[in-house]
Amino acid sequence: MDRRVTFNHRVLPYFLLAPQIAITLVFFVWPAGQALLQSTLIEDPFGLSSEFVYFENFAFVLSDPLYARSILTTAIFSFSVAGLALTIALFLAAKADAVISGRMIYRTLLIWPYAVAPAIAGVLFLFMFNPRVGVLSSALVALGVDWNYLLNGNQAMMLVIGASAWKQISYNFLFFLAGMQAMPRSLIEAAAIDGAGPTYRFWTIIFPLLMPITFFLLVINMIFAFFETFGVIDAVTQGGPAGATNILVYKVFRDGFIGLDLGSSAAQSVILMGIVIVLTVAQFRYVEKRVTY
Amino acid sequence: MRQITPSRTIQWRWQGSALAAVDRFTIVGFAELRFVSYNFPCEPCDRRLTLLICGNLCRARIAAGGLIRHLHNWEEIFMHIRKTMVAAAALFAFGAGSALAAQDRVTIDWWHAMGGANGERIDAIAKAFNETQDKYEVVAINRGTYAETMNAAIAAFRAGEQPAIVQVFEVGTLTMMSAEGAIKPVFELMEENGKSFDPKDFLAAVTGYYTNSDGQMLSFPFNSSTPVLYYNKDIFRAAGLDPETPPKTWPEVGEMMTKVIDSGAATCGLTTAWPSWVQLENFSARQDVPFADKNNGFGGLDTQLTFNGPAQVKHIQQLADWQENGVFKYGGRRNVSAPLFSGGECALFTESSAGLGGVRANASFDFGVAQLPYWPDVIAEPKNTIIGGASLWVLQGLDPEVYAGTADFFEFLSSSGLQAAWHQASGYLPITPAAFTVSQISGYYGRNPGADVSIFQMLSGEPSGNSKGLRLGSFVQIRDVIEEEMEAIFAGDKTAQEGLDTAVERGNVLLRRFERANQ
Repeated sequence: MDRRVTFNHRVLPYFLLAPQIAITLVFFVWPAGQALLQSTLIEDPFGLSSEFVYFENFAFVLSDPLYARSILTTAIFSFSVAGLALTIALFLAAKADAVISGRMIYRTLLIWPYAVAPAIAGVLFLFMFNPRVGVLSSALVALGVDWNYLLNGNQAMMLVIGASAWKQISYNFLFFLAGMQAMPRSLIEAAAIDGAGPTYRFWTIIFPLLMPITFFLLVINMIFAFFETFGVIDAVTQGGPAGATNILVYKVFRDGFIGLDLGSSAAQSVILMGIVIVLTVAQFRYVEKRVTY
Repeated sequence: MRQITPSRTIQWRWQGSALAAVDRFTIVGFAELRFVSYNFPCEPCDRRLTLLICGNLCRARIAAGGLIRHLHNWEEIFMHIRKTMVAAAALFAFGAGSALAAQDRVTIDWWHAMGGANGERIDAIAKAFNETQDKYEVVAINRGTYAETMNAAIAAFRAGEQPAIVQVFEVGTLTMMSAEGAIKPVFELMEENGKSFDPKDFLAAVTGYYTNSDGQMLSFPFNSSTPVLYYNKDIFRAAGLDPETPPKTWPEVGEMMTKVIDSGAATCGLTTAWPSWVQLENFSARQDVPFADKNNGFGGLDTQLTFNGPAQVKHIQQLADWQENGVFKYGGRRNVSAPLFSGGECALFTESSAGLGGVRANASFDFGVAQLPYWPDVIAEPKNTIIGGASLWVLQGLDPEVYAGTADFFEFLSSSGLQAAWHQASGYLPITPAAFTVSQISGYYGRNPGADVSIFQMLSGEPSGNSKGLRLGSFVQIRDVIEEEMEAIFAGDKTAQEGLDTAVERGNVLLRRFERANQ
């Protein structure tokens, strides 16, 4: 006999869901709706005069040739941040997993950077790579690199990618390490007995088993790179030099928060929201198919 | 006669026209005043002074703006109290002070963007005002950066929770000015509350920025600065240049800095802070060439940018060319280039006059301050430069008594003693000629060489339509555009003509956008 308990209550499920729905409505749906509404208005900052303009704000944003460039910049930035943060974290997790003595210390130290706010991470990198006083920039100059991220767009890009990825590495590390430690030892031991070396074991057993975690982290890292990195950009380059690090979310921040052009900023947010929805759906539909749980 | 130790020195200040006696008095900065006011021992009072007077002395030390006097013994203090009893009685309200009832006071919120030492000075100003009267309580709150403060005020206004006073940076001026239903013009506020308030009491170059077309003040000028040239005298000496003769013109900058670099005295000639503000906005004012048409936007919202004229193109191209041999070195936006100068790498530095304190604190060498150079083939007698900084705006929709208190507070802020103290302590310009005179007589400029350069520069010539200021919408974004294009020019990706043409084109789109939103 089926011993499953069922509830024939009509209201209870809704009641239990209510808090979650309320949170979603208040913190996600409502602001998104506001952004949509604002994106169809041209308004002065104080909201004294407001005009409904249909899609004019979108036309204004998309007609700017620099916007396309900003999209490209964002793509380069996000893929680099996610790629770099995932690769390094995976490497560190594999190494930390192999450590026998003092592993707590290693693990704790590697998690620390996650507690650092993006803007602070930016400032730290700013100090290390400051062309004049930076420790690491002196090293670069000693190596014969003409280090000047204030005018060299590629160097500026590398710097903000480095700062953003550095911050995200700990988060990824935590998940990778947890994943590795949850792995059945017997599998790895069996492979070792069969003569598989550490590298071979990693790529044929550990990495495939980590796929679900890697996929989850890929989504999270992309979203981080898209939305939460403006603190780094603001502290290090302010989108410069010559717009080389002007990623979409920073442009939203600049135009809306500093420039007080709410209509344009809202239209950009909506576009950004669209891009992230498409990206996430694509990741779940195409990338996830190749992920075996 | 008992001598008291310096730590117990009492600094006595009073309000009034005591300028004749000013030479006998020493003005100290507001910070110093605060130090003293918090360290002054109120309790061990001399027996000859009654407790009442003693109590009021304690109150007096932080009371209304005026002059500050070092007094060295109680005899002297007693004499001065007698002498100035009438004025003091009016100002410090003898006895009445004890009846202060905080809960009955009308609160006047003042949102500002001053952090660090200047933030503490703002608190001291609010405290001083609160102690001179018992009707109003000015509450100064720091709201972060200028942009954050402005945003906070706008959001608060939209929610009906606006502060009475908000400090807005000069590039936000047109946004505030265009929001007619949101702001209460300062001239109107003062008029309604029966305060005399004459724009002529302020420096013309400062008021020009904040008055409407009828010459009426819309906001209250508070902290203003202007760019000047700092130079490293040690490098000048090492290069065989006269350390007392800084370059006056841009060609001289080129010659002298080539000499500096050739002699090996330094590897970098000039660097600049605030690239757009100094090298384009103030450059245009100083050479008397338009930055935008319609008098730099004072004539209406339908203005077009014109900073791609021959004078500006020549100057920016010259800077770009100087990048090749080190005569000029681009050091980034805002004032992140400051370490290039204070670390002794660059011989010259164009930076805000308000940066003097920072340079003084960080430079371990002998430096001088000079006026911003000009191109003699463009203009024989350079014009004044324009101001940066912020002014105080009053927002609509509050109770009449809040406005009455705000008017009282502005009157308090206008006093020359307070203005002088604020100017000397913060490094911002003295915005009233009276504050300048007070500082001059007190010997402040003698003790702080270079602090008056900015003032003389502000006063060079009658302000023209090109040097009165800038009144452009979306100006924060336009500055971003300009600095982006400047970076492309300095990196050698574009010529000055190409870069400035693009900046004008992109900036005009933003101007039309602002015009559209503020019809």
